[in-house]
Amino acid sequence: MTSLPTNGSGVKLGLVIDLDICVGCHACAVNCKEWNTGGHSAPLPDSDPYGADPAGVWFNRIHTFEVVSEDKKDSRTVHFPKSCLHCDDAPCVTVCPTGASYKRPEDGIVLVNADHCIGCKLCSWACPYGAREYDPDAGVMKKCTLCVDRIYNEALPEDMRVPACVSTCPVGARSFGDLGDPNSDVSKLSAARGGYQLMPEQGCEPVNRYLPPRPRSAAGDGTGEEKSLAAAAKDKGSLISKWLDRVLSV
Amino acid sequence: MSSEKVALARPAGDETAYTTCYMCACRCGIRVHLKNGKVRYIDGNPDHPINKGVLCGKGSAGIMQHNSPARLTKPLKRVGPRGSGEFEEIEWDEALALATDWLGDIRTKDPKKLAFFTGRDQSQSLTGWWANQFGTLNFAAHGGFCSVNMAAAGLYSIGSAFWEFGEPDWDLTRYFLLFGVAEDHDSNPIKMGLGRLKSRGVAKFVSINPVKTGYSAIADEWVGIRPGTDGLFAGALIHELLNADKVDWEYLTRYTNAPWLVIRAPGKPDDGLIARDHDGNPLLWDAGNQAERSALEEDARPALVGEYRLSDGTKTMPVFQLMAERFLDDSYSPEAAAKETGIPAADIRRIAAEIAEAAFENRVELDIPWTDWAGRRHEKMVGSPVSMHAMRGISAHSNGFNTCRILHLLQMLIGSVDVPGGFRAKPPFPRPCPPGPKPAGHTVKPGTPLGGMPLGFPTGPEDLLVDPDGTPKRIDKAYSWEHPIAAHGLMHMVIHNAWAGDPYPVDCLFMYMANMGWNSSMNVPATLHYLTDKKDDGSYKIPKIIYSDAFYSETVPYADLILPDTTYLERWDCISLLDRPISGAEGPADSIRHPVVKPDRDVRPFQDVLIDLGVRLGLPGFVDAEGEARYPGGYPDYIVNHERAPGIGPLAGFRGEDGTENCRGAPNPDQLQRYVDNGGFWRDEFPHDAVYFKHANRSYLDYAHNAGWIPNADRIVMQIYSEPMRKFQLAAEGHGPNQPPERDRERVKTYFDPIPFWYPPFERQAAGDDYPISAITQRPMHMYHSWGSQNAWLRQITARNRLFVHPDMAEDAGVDDDGWVWVISPFGRVKAQIKIMHGVEPGTVWTWNAIGKRRGAWGLDRKAPESNRGFLLNHVISELLPAREDGYRYANSDPITGQAAWYDLRVRLEACTEAEAAAGQTEPLFDETQEPRLAGPKDRSILRYGADMKESDTGSASATHREWVGNRQENSRFGLPDGHGNQIRSGQADKGEDA
Repeated sequence: MTSLPTNGSGVKLGLVIDLDICVGCHACAVNCKEWNTGGHSAPLPDSDPYGADPAGVWFNRIHTFEVVSEDKKDSRTVHFPKSCLHCDDAPCVTVCPTGASYKRPEDGIVLVNADHCIGCKLCSWACPYGAREYDPDAGVMKKCTLCVDRIYNEALPEDMRVPACVSTCPVGARSFGDLGDPNSDVSKLSAARGGYQLMPEQGCEPVNRYLPPRPRSAAGDGTGEEKSLAAAAKDKGSLISKWLDRVLSV
Repeated sequence: MSSEKVALARPAGDETAYTTCYMCACRCGIRVHLKNGKVRYIDGNPDHPINKGVLCGKGSAGIMQHNSPARLTKPLKRVGPRGSGEFEEIEWDEALALATDWLGDIRTKDPKKLAFFTGRDQSQSLTGWWANQFGTLNFAAHGGFCSVNMAAAGLYSIGSAFWEFGEPDWDLTRYFLLFGVAEDHDSNPIKMGLGRLKSRGVAKFVSINPVKTGYSAIADEWVGIRPGTDGLFAGALIHELLNADKVDWEYLTRYTNAPWLVIRAPGKPDDGLIARDHDGNPLLWDAGNQAERSALEEDARPALVGEYRLSDGTKTMPVFQLMAERFLDDSYSPEAAAKETGIPAADIRRIAAEIAEAAFENRVELDIPWTDWAGRRHEKMVGSPVSMHAMRGISAHSNGFNTCRILHLLQMLIGSVDVPGGFRAKPPFPRPCPPGPKPAGHTVKPGTPLGGMPLGFPTGPEDLLVDPDGTPKRIDKAYSWEHPIAAHGLMHMVIHNAWAGDPYPVDCLFMYMANMGWNSSMNVPATLHYLTDKKDDGSYKIPKIIYSDAFYSETVPYADLILPDTTYLERWDCISLLDRPISGAEGPADSIRHPVVKPDRDVRPFQDVLIDLGVRLGLPGFVDAEGEARYPGGYPDYIVNHERAPGIGPLAGFRGEDGTENCRGAPNPDQLQRYVDNGGFWRDEFPHDAVYFKHANRSYLDYAHNAGWIPNADRIVMQIYSEPMRKFQLAAEGHGPNQPPERDRERVKTYFDPIPFWYPPFERQAAGDDYPISAITQRPMHMYHSWGSQNAWLRQITARNRLFVHPDMAEDAGVDDDGWVWVISPFGRVKAQIKIMHGVEPGTVWTWNAIGKRRGAWGLDRKAPESNRGFLLNHVISELLPAREDGYRYANSDPITGQAAWYDLRVRLEACTEAEAAAGQTEPLFDETQEPRLAGPKDRSILRYGADMKESDTGSASATHREWVGNRQENSRFGLPDGHGNQIRSGQADKGEDA
């Protein structure tokens, strides 16, 4: 069993993911993969890459599904990106028999020390989100590092010092910052948009937040509003006659 | 607690190169981080005008494209029968000598017997020029398959076009209509724009699309329309707006040809032409003086309706009234539209009302004084903030040209073209409607250049490339009476026509980067037959096929000679304003690719090879007077030193001997280095007063003229009424010396209407009730073309495709979720596994495009899902329409532009038998082809990319973490500056948002 840090800094680095604008393009997933396959947890191997059942290690995956209304008359296509949520009360850490799985006291990032991991997979069983990624090639557990090798890295240009999934997201659906600080930009964003924890009933206190789809703009579908333009004349002929006066300068 | 030492400060690599992505057509700027000469990581260039640092899933998977197992390694000469994949490797000298021999012979005898067709290549200003120097008119690229309806409709109507030649004003628009699938054109700019638009929280996004995926999934309103009926939907919106007198009179009067007078002389040769004065200037009726006068004078006050008799007695009527009468007709009423589109009339009425509200009650006013074409100063720029975008969902129908023109008409009516909040042209557009030049190729002579570019813009029957009896001069019948405005050619017809010898056989088909033997054909089984069919003497009907590609695609086995190309990270390229611009609405831009890694196999960049062949063939332009190479340094030499007109070359930036001139200037020997130093691109910003109303903006027009984009600095008048269309129609009515063959007469008369109109797609008319279902495709956002499946990462996301079916349709067909069906068209059947989906128009089925692969291609294992369960709808599409009464079969294409109408497909579904379903495989399956020696990893059982890149910490001390908010506009309401991601825009926060 491994302990969670008790002397944390209060910093809780995490992601805010906007489900209102995620179009499900997989940019975050692929960019994550290419950064991390040469990064802290390198490599993220792919078995049978050109064969019948290609399967690799991905720290971030996009789930696409339809939510259908009860009367089956309406549906919503949802794109749901999911990676480690860097829980405050992380069962994947406390379940680890070797101390390989740990939460950093300084920023709350949950990492795996590959040198200590015995590949027992207890952590992946413990994680209610299915966010852990086993590397069968190396026999160790891997996972989202929140790009710990980028965010403090002065060897990188400043714009790169955020998780790869965040800087690459074309729609701007992903934000990164300290969710432990109520005055941070990401905390304000989450508060303003009703950001929520995924499956809070699990009691893991995930740090990442999801922003729900906004109410659809006024007069969107489903409002049932009957709006229409009033006819400007009683028939086509009188309409065209009326337009005889529409004389303006070129 | 673990005592792990985490390496927090390793550099991304030991070198960073700035170049341009080629994982799709978007042309984003990328940073390639290299480590020990290998690609460590690719991300977006934050300074690049297209993508501003973001990068999509395709671009992020560039490493796996560069390391694809399907990379060709050596020139190949076919030794087995076509299609077998049996090749022998040869040296480049032999390959080039062979090509020179074949091509030289053709050029000496009859240059048109070379058909040179390229795919999605981004060097068409070179390839088209090469065809011109060779002397063949038979040149085209991918556009006829893809987007020519959009390009042509835009360029003949508003002088710019959706996608490449324009963009929505994402930051100021209040109402955005997205017609049809657009997820791939263009990719990142639309995603970035939608993110910003939605985050501003004041705009409404309406997606008109039979399928609710991707962008439609985040729309405020999804309008699940029946395929091919968008023109009627938009026409009904116009009907409502006209009926309610909700049109922008000032805009129409000033910027469009709404006031121009049309001659009303039924039966006469000038009926329907624009009335003109002795100097050829269009006339309008000045309501002040009650007299005709030139429409080009600035102080006229024209009438927009009424009947007017000119001083010479000619009867006329303004364009506006002719247009209004069409769309006020009951055939465009919401009720009539509801029947065809499946959209309730009440929704059409509501959307029209919302558009009117956004356009006329929420006008955007910017405090930017500007001067118009006539020298009049305006204190503000005021616009209707309604914007639109459309691409293949409109384009790939046989009514796409007219439908797209209806969309542009709607934009003009509400005054939303090139205004704040509307749709904005991107330089070098707008250009006159249509722009020049006209297509070259009236005469083809042995050993002689064509005298112009093969593709252009006809304005009347005299510009057609036809013999006096109407026989097409081009192999693809572009610019014939069958497809008079085929501005991008008909790539999808060349193989069929070459096989059929209709209008004549060719000696050599030369293709580049076009998978025309698979998903870039209309019908795969037929195309494979055409490529392999033989004459009585045992020789192939298409005698010689040369193909250049970087990868072992399905088309490679059908070529006789393969010239292997490099990947995009291994070569020079220029993304030129002469070709397909990457400009933004606020300034021109172009860019380069440069070799950031060396090829590890015996391949050459195609553009270098083409220039080499040009020298070997002695093509004028490629050799000097002594016959020596004019560009001995190959493509980079050409990019720097070629001049299309004095001072105008492939790249517009850093011109002049010292590199200080933009757009026009002498060649600069250091130009490419300047691009490399500048991050791989160049851009300029227009003066502040030139960014809107470009058609009529003195500041812009002067800039554009100086840059060589427009022939003079006159204003550009948008065309509600297209006189070129009327000229073709007049010919079909029997007027003038250039007459269509009788067979084509009715067709030209019907479809060349000077005012756009909606008609049902041809295949729907022809297939009838036996095929009641529309079948369409789209690409997943993480794939492009057929390239995705060789990519170890992308194919983990999608390695096979399903047929998506509405639950009611599945029930009708008697098939459960995950069951198998036959998709049957009049031309064949394909077996597919279904997935039930609610978010699809109930009469439509759809699937992901180009996922299905042939066994043996793309370096994939024989058991790959792509080639066993992945399928193409191309197997059941025909390149020809069903026979008419007289037996003639037209191309399955738009009658005006020749755009391939692959979204017209009509099918029916039949549940598979238990045995068929149990087989768990798609049909038809094609014979497996042999694989030549390809590059890629030796051990294909596992990839450990990056394993050798992990090193110990070498960087400096750790920085503190920083915050990044994906859309800062989101947060601007509580004090954060505006901008994308961490790029904060200065001085532009919420411009005009509350105006």
